[in-house]
Amino acid sequence: MDGGWQVMKYTHVKTLIRKELTLEWRQKYAIGGVVLYLVSMVFVAYLSFEGIIPLQTWNALFWLIMLFAAMNTILKAFVQEHGDRYLYYYSLLNPTDFIVAKTIYNALLMLLMGGLGLVIFIAFMGNPIQSMGLFVVNILLGMTGLASVLTLISAIASGAKNNFTLMAVLGFPLVLPLLLMLIRVSSAAMGGSAFVPLAADILIIAMIILIANLLSFLLFPYIWRL
Amino acid sequence: MTDMGTWKAHWWKILGVLLIVYIIVGGFLFEVPELPVIRQSIRNIYFHVGMWFGMIFILFVGVVYSLRFLLGGRTLDDTRALSAVQTGLLFGVLGLLTGMLWARFTWGAFWVNDPKLNGAVVGIITYLAYILLRASVDDSHKRARLAAVYNVFAFVLFFVFIMILPRMATSSIHPGVDGNPALATGDLAPQMRLVFYPAMAGWFIMAWWLFSLLFRTRKLRDGISEYEETINTPTHG
Repeated sequence: MDGGWQVMKYTHVKTLIRKELTLEWRQKYAIGGVVLYLVSMVFVAYLSFEGIIPLQTWNALFWLIMLFAAMNTILKAFVQEHGDRYLYYYSLLNPTDFIVAKTIYNALLMLLMGGLGLVIFIAFMGNPIQSMGLFVVNILLGMTGLASVLTLISAIASGAKNNFTLMAVLGFPLVLPLLLMLIRVSSAAMGGSAFVPLAADILIIAMIILIANLLSFLLFPYIWRL
Repeated sequence: MTDMGTWKAHWWKILGVLLIVYIIVGGFLFEVPELPVIRQSIRNIYFHVGMWFGMIFILFVGVVYSLRFLLGGRTLDDTRALSAVQTGLLFGVLGLLTGMLWARFTWGAFWVNDPKLNGAVVGIITYLAYILLRASVDDSHKRARLAAVYNVFAFVLFFVFIMILPRMATSSIHPGVDGNPALATGDLAPQMRLVFYPAMAGWFIMAWWLFSLLFRTRKLRDGISEYEETINTPTHG
């Protein structure tokens, strides 16, 4: 068994992230697809509600759409890699390089998605957010968190049949604690809360991110070569 | 005719059966404090809480075996982890059912929209997903590794979820705002501890027994199918 993980190399991680970004830039359909998905989902929500929607509904819709965008985007991280290319990676990289690079790249992609999502949402559904600063901090944490939890799930799901169903089924229960905390903080931010009363909640979100990353880092080497 | 070896290997099962008999008799007949609303239904605590703790215990056993599989690579450890998860699922469903019965007679409905109840459902979905993951991988070695990694990841995150539930539960009607109902001293009337602590031990033993039975039957079945494979496969040369 090739368990046990070696020290990761910073340059490897950097190169891998650059490779992902270059690929993404060359074949824009991945990002383009998700942006189009965001716009159409928000538009469907806009059409089905006509006019002013309640704060809670705004909040729930926003995070649900983000969750599905995250699942769609992050699933690609491993499914897109072809079997032959892995042989090349095996000869060059440590598994820890690979998972760290994938997580960071997914987080970057999700941050972009979160920013775009917020802009599109406000454009169509109006802006009910009273503490924008807190809301944005929550999105930053939330997108990083979704990437942290779902990257390992994506690696697991890519090893099995019917990837997408499995991604949703495996990911949903594990992402739920994070999602509930995010919805809590973001609904407080919509109501105009200050930062201090939510410090404990934000700390919990940070803890979940930390735990998920630590576990991915430790566990991924065991499913790296299957 | 007594065989000391048999006795040594099986005494804990007899203890388990005796404990369960004691829990049923004591749980239904011993005196409990009469409190408003909850009244005699408090007797359910020996069963409902016992199931839930039994589930956590056996799921923890499963994680230990998953880790052992990842470190040592022995397939039997993965089979053990699977058996533990199946036992945990059974205890989880039983805990849910006893809880629903209790809810019906104290809160007036089988299901109320409460963070803790929903948390229990999330736990069950997590482990049903584990079973589904196993079913979606054909290669047995690959299946074992993916399942073990998911099991460890899921258990830790599920535990985090249980820890943060009380924060969500400012409006919960389920007892135990800071984590462990019935364990904190002062929560439970002294005469009830006479049944409650043996009940915990009894359900833990039952969980372990069921887990070992599931594991052994699975091992036998796998062993037979491997044997059949070897005798049915024609060997060339």
